[in-house]
Amino acid sequence: MIGNIVIVLFDGLAFGMLLFVLSVGLTVTLGLMNFINLAHGAFGMLGGYVTVLLMRQYGWPFLLTLPMAFLAAALVSVVLERVFFRRLYRAGELNQVLFTIGLVFVAAAGATYFFGTGQQPIVLPSWLRGSVEVAGIRFGSYRIFLIVVSLIITALLFFTLERTRFGAKIRAAVDNQRVAQALGLNVERIFAITFALGSGLAGLGGALAIEIVGLDPSFGLHFLVYVLIVVSVGGLGSIPGSFLGAALLGIGDVAGKYLVPELGSFLIYLLLVAILLIRPTGLLGKR
Amino acid sequence: MLQSQVSTPAMQPVAWIRRRNRWTIFEVLFWLATLLPFCFFPAYLNLASQIAITALFALSVDLVLGYAGIVTLGHAMFFGLGAFTVGILSSRYGWGEPISGLFLAALVAGLAGFASSFLIVRVQHLALIMVTLGLGLLTFELGNALSWLTGGTDGLTGISTWNIFGYFRFDLWGYTAYSYSLIVLFLCFLLCRVIVNSSFGLALRGIRENVKRMPAIGSDYRWHLRVVYTISAAIAGVAGALLTQTTNTVTLEVLSFQRSADVVVMLILGGTGRLYGAIVGAVIFLIARDQLAGINPQYWFLWIGLLLMFVVMFMPKGILGGLARLVRREE
Repeated sequence: MIGNIVIVLFDGLAFGMLLFVLSVGLTVTLGLMNFINLAHGAFGMLGGYVTVLLMRQYGWPFLLTLPMAFLAAALVSVVLERVFFRRLYRAGELNQVLFTIGLVFVAAAGATYFFGTGQQPIVLPSWLRGSVEVAGIRFGSYRIFLIVVSLIITALLFFTLERTRFGAKIRAAVDNQRVAQALGLNVERIFAITFALGSGLAGLGGALAIEIVGLDPSFGLHFLVYVLIVVSVGGLGSIPGSFLGAALLGIGDVAGKYLVPELGSFLIYLLLVAILLIRPTGLLGKR
Repeated sequence: MLQSQVSTPAMQPVAWIRRRNRWTIFEVLFWLATLLPFCFFPAYLNLASQIAITALFALSVDLVLGYAGIVTLGHAMFFGLGAFTVGILSSRYGWGEPISGLFLAALVAGLAGFASSFLIVRVQHLALIMVTLGLGLLTFELGNALSWLTGGTDGLTGISTWNIFGYFRFDLWGYTAYSYSLIVLFLCFLLCRVIVNSSFGLALRGIRENVKRMPAIGSDYRWHLRVVYTISAAIAGVAGALLTQTTNTVTLEVLSFQRSADVVVMLILGGTGRLYGAIVGAVIFLIARDQLAGINPQYWFLWIGLLLMFVVMFMPKGILGGLARLVRREE
């Protein structure tokens, strides 16, 4: 029994960390520009396909493809931001939602064109397969890897935001865009860089997600709901908030499906509605 | 719309509202055009009936989204509630009378709408979108969990709809189905038209434009929002009931997120806040899907995605809004 609880917590945490990497970029960009980017999950999908392509066609090792997934998603996102998204900052939230969901549809069609509708499995290196046994409980190696990678990313993010000059600029711009601009910060450029970093992280998350949830053209749409839940529950612009939200969602999702499978995701959605009604700005959101 | 009111300050409010209620020649022609499928496309009457039902659903979303400014991504819950009310009534209790079915569906969906409206008025912006999305997904999962009642993923079987007024039988070609759907659509449209052109409709637009100023002029915006949300839910329920009655099947798909998202897409394509936008959007969306999906169903998403991006970039007020602007420029 104890073993089961530990396993559910462990798997849930691993899934939650994956969700955190996928959605943390959206949290920051939403907090910065109030731009509702539903295409965030599509950048994750892009990262996933980059990894699949590099491993299959060019025989790259898995670990080396991860930075490439990050770079590809970051580059594409910056182009899209410059060409399209910046025109929509002042448009209503409905227009932002529709434009970016249109982008998700186009991305899904593109993925279908190049890769077909099937799942894209990858072969992990041997040291990531199998499991490690501690005190009679077997932990999946890949999930341990996932948690370690996510914790490193989280630590890097916190360090960047709290200890560097650029992090201070981001925090200032999230707190109050107008005052930050008045103090001479180039908010638009800060936003573009943050947007690229966030989308890159989504791409990395997409690459990491292949082994856990698979990869097919519906990835962007399917994970959209999860990403939005993390962001809105955690609170716009709050990184600790989305860390908490992602961990809660991951553990809740795994526990719910393990303990009461007949209810499916019912409990998760119930939790989402309840949290938003009590705290419309999210758990740790300020606005 | 509102400018005309400002530019004629001398006009009495009652006269203004009465003038807005007058029918134009375009509207009469539009509704005459809905009869065309009977003469020219008899092979497509079943599709036409689907379009009329979807248009009614889009109309209900226009009430809350276009007029009251509530962005909803979960309206399929009311559509599905209506569809399942009629379906369960027929397959479990053997009651297939269509007209009473419509009223019951409206009642059930309206009650659900009234109950959820208390949650809706508490939140705004992203949280509002997320709450409507969450409620929609919640209803879907509930329908999935209650498979003894809803038939689960297989849907309900053994639904039979009786003749309308005991006389008009639902035929294979869809003559009855289209006439029936069209008449219900028209009646609900009349209701919506009266609502949006009343003082209540004006209050809704005030809420959409600036929710903080409405209490300042003594308008109870929460109550207005609750009322319009309830009416909209009831109409969506009627649309769902029509779908069950004309197809004699109902599956969990009626509750799906896809349906909620599609209807918003149609509405934006047609243009929000003008009632006809909902109908035009449904016509274009469903005919395009029928034609394009026939060529290659996988790339339907590509076209709808490109169309959405195009409309947001170049026609932010939808197809009807863009046309209206062109016409005004010509004048």
